[in-house]
Amino acid sequence: MTCPDLHRTFALMLLPAALLLSACEKVSSPPAFHATEIREASFGRELRLPDTEGRVRTLADFRGEVVGVYFGFLQCPDVCPTALSRAVEVKRLLGEEGKRFRIVFVTVDPERDTPEVVRAYLDAFDPSFVGLVGSPEEVARTAKEFRVYYRKVPTGSSYTMDHTATTFVYNADGKLRLAVPHTLPAEAFAADVRRLLAEAPAAPGR
Amino acid sequence: MPTTQTRRSLGLALMFGAFALPAWAQTVKVEDPWVQATVAGQKATAAFMKLTADAPVKLTGGKTPVAPVVEIHEMVMDGDVMKMRAIPGGLPLEAGKTMELKPGGYHVMLIDLPKPVEVGQKVPLTLIFTDAQGKEFEVAVEAPARPLKRDHGQKSSHGM
Repeated sequence: MTCPDLHRTFALMLLPAALLLSACEKVSSPPAFHATEIREASFGRELRLPDTEGRVRTLADFRGEVVGVYFGFLQCPDVCPTALSRAVEVKRLLGEEGKRFRIVFVTVDPERDTPEVVRAYLDAFDPSFVGLVGSPEEVARTAKEFRVYYRKVPTGSSYTMDHTATTFVYNADGKLRLAVPHTLPAEAFAADVRRLLAEAPAAPGR
Repeated sequence: MPTTQTRRSLGLALMFGAFALPAWAQTVKVEDPWVQATVAGQKATAAFMKLTADAPVKLTGGKTPVAPVVEIHEMVMDGDVMKMRAIPGGLPLEAGKTMELKPGGYHVMLIDLPKPVEVGQKVPLTLIFTDAQGKEFEVAVEAPARPLKRDHGQKSSHGM
């Protein structure tokens, strides 16, 4: 939205001139992102994995949407539910625009995380979230492309997975733009997504 | 709901007017216990709660009918990497200081679930503590299962 547009909108709403000015300032010098900004990324350029329905998905499938790619596993009792619950909250905070925000969950534990279980798990958060379940080789290749660390660690009778807990955020043109740390609150995350969405207004009819 | 359970021996000791020896005095108050619900096929989950001991003890294990294996775990962030580990020797509790087991920190891990833990299900959980003399005692609680999707406002989950 440009300043003249804002002027017209606000004038119609009979808002004080002070607010008008501050709105223009915000438009001319946008605040920094809360998350780590990425420009011309040399990683995370390609994503090609089967989803929970067996269809191969790529970044091109999500053009027009801001997408957060998260690597995790289902036996994870702590950070994964925290990250996915945060994503649900981000979507809620975005209101109507939340329809253009989507999470893509990539399991780093394909031995245990079958497509069926991943689908049921994501449905417990938001049915619009996409789950990607590759072969161990595909997962390894994808993690390497994203510079994501993951490792199987034995624990008693079972094993757990160490993994990078960053959410990688793509803009509506499919460019990697943000690395969102696990600790970033939902409000700050939502503000960043809102800004990326504003850079690419919804196409007519979307 | 706060749940306090004292070692049976302490109860008996008081009943018969015996000496309340320090070795008998261990009590751990367990407050707000909850278990994260699971979906079908998910083989592990965690229990969270607040623990307040009246003497230095360690949380060393647990038992529950919903899972054959119970371990005490710690979640740590190493840079951007999440790591989860069993705590060797158990989780030490200081006398009178409340220790909160919560997302982003400690949890009781329930492993090899034969079937899902349903939202609202009351999960019986017996916590095993070890006192300074190396003697074990148990505290039994019932932990309701909460949905995987956490309510916003549980901001402690992001506090590391």
